[in-house]
Amino acid sequence: MHAASLSKVQRYGLRFVALGYLAALLLVPIAIVFVRTFEDGLGPPLEAITSPDGQHAFWLTLVCVGIAVPLNTVFGVVAALVLVRQKFRGKAILNTIIDLPFAISPVVIGLALLLVYGRNGWIGQDLIDAGIQVIFSTPGMVLATIFVSLPFVVRETMPVLQEIGNEQEQAASTLGASGWQTFWRITLPSIRWGVAYGVVLATARALGEYGAVSVVAGRISGETETLPLFVENEFTNFNLAGAYAAAIVLALLALVVLFSMNLLKRKETET
Amino acid sequence: MAANDVTVSAPPRVGFRLPVGGAALSRGAVTLWLTVIVLIPLAAVVEHSLQDGIGEFWEAITEPEAIAAIRLTLISSLIIVAINATMGTLIAWVLVRDEFRGKGIVNSLIDLPFALPTIVAGLTLLALYGPKSPIGANVAYTKFAIGLALLFVTLPFVVRAVQPVLIEVDREMEEAAASLGASRSRIFRSILIPNLTPAIVAGCALAFARAIGEYGSLVLITGNIPFDTQVASVYIFGRIESDAPTSAAAVSVLLLVLSVVVLLAMNLIARWSSRHARG
Repeated sequence: MHAASLSKVQRYGLRFVALGYLAALLLVPIAIVFVRTFEDGLGPPLEAITSPDGQHAFWLTLVCVGIAVPLNTVFGVVAALVLVRQKFRGKAILNTIIDLPFAISPVVIGLALLLVYGRNGWIGQDLIDAGIQVIFSTPGMVLATIFVSLPFVVRETMPVLQEIGNEQEQAASTLGASGWQTFWRITLPSIRWGVAYGVVLATARALGEYGAVSVVAGRISGETETLPLFVENEFTNFNLAGAYAAAIVLALLALVVLFSMNLLKRKETET
Repeated sequence: MAANDVTVSAPPRVGFRLPVGGAALSRGAVTLWLTVIVLIPLAAVVEHSLQDGIGEFWEAITEPEAIAAIRLTLISSLIIVAINATMGTLIAWVLVRDEFRGKGIVNSLIDLPFALPTIVAGLTLLALYGPKSPIGANVAYTKFAIGLALLFVTLPFVVRAVQPVLIEVDREMEEAAASLGASRSRIFRSILIPNLTPAIVAGCALAFARAIGEYGSLVLITGNIPFDTQVASVYIFGRIESDAPTSAAAVSVLLLVLSVVVLLAMNLIARWSSRHARG
């Protein structure tokens, strides 16, 4: 029995410290935001997020997520297959590069895009001459979102792929299945929860990205403003109701993400 | 038809190859995507930081305001990593070894900082620890606020790294030690800590890499006062806004190098510990 090695008092003490820390850092602050948002009723927050700027921010956020996450999902599955099932020189380097978006400051990511696609960037002027505005416009924000959410699907798919091995795939192809058939009928069904978990994480990051998007967006209200930028803008303009309302929307989305993470983890261990 | 029979009876391919054109194509596509999305932009930062020569680069990163920001970033990141190492391990221990009602909910709450947008994290901390604090604990626009925000966003790293290892650690080993008369602190020092160290270090490395680049959660709560509460990422943002991209790029390269070093060190540790575990 483990209880033997630690007295009851000590166990309660550790539990108290751990839960107290979590309460002070996570729970209480979030609870206060919820209370403050609704202290004057549903009116003010509802008004703020249904304002034209608020609605536009919501849609622009969905556009960024809607483009970035599917692209990264396809990339993630292919990259995981390449990294797990193929042997080639430079594999370790490729593996490290995929983690870079985790390790780089969002501001640096924004700056990097600015220096390629901005007016004084590598190809910015050429693109502008061709009528394509990337920076201070939606394409730049989408690129930033793709960058920051790139590693999730790869990282969640790789371990599952390693675990399932490839005997079943080999058996299928011996029995005459084509590459596509093997992929759709054998590989994808066995990695689906891993992929889904990666998609959830990527979606959360894409929804909430602030730094990288903020650098390339140029913050034009009602034009290049996603929900996180809207929160900051409302806050600096002393419109607390608006900032809190949009924050609550994002926090609720985060809770949905959290819930799906738990669900998928359970599915993953079940199968 | 005879030709078809030959392919069917051919030995199974070793390893699964992607459909659509095979291994080389998929490998090429992955490399191309990474190059366009990640590598070219990063190369632009490096190139831009050096475009006026190494002297300008050096001047940009040794500017007093830049040095203050970088120093603040490193020191606060190291402090919060130390706190994370302790609190993260403690929380993981409580979640694995303790039993209480609502443990499942607490366990899933740990991931909240990953799910919650950073700007919202800053806003919520400001609600409890800002000027309108209901408990009178106003630390907004101080260095303490930086620590709070960094602790918030890095909370899951150490907990999530230590938890699975703690589940695996052989409890019989601890019980055997106890029955042989080892004290609790002895068991902690000689059994738990050595077993958990690789995981704690890996979690700390991730937390450190995250902390030195953090931006969103700091924007609202730190006030971004030069020489006082301005961290490196905020300094870079300021340089971009004031149209000094070369200087912004120089400090960015410094951060970039730091995070790549941390990343590589972590990969080495991971490889070392997996070899260690196998042997």
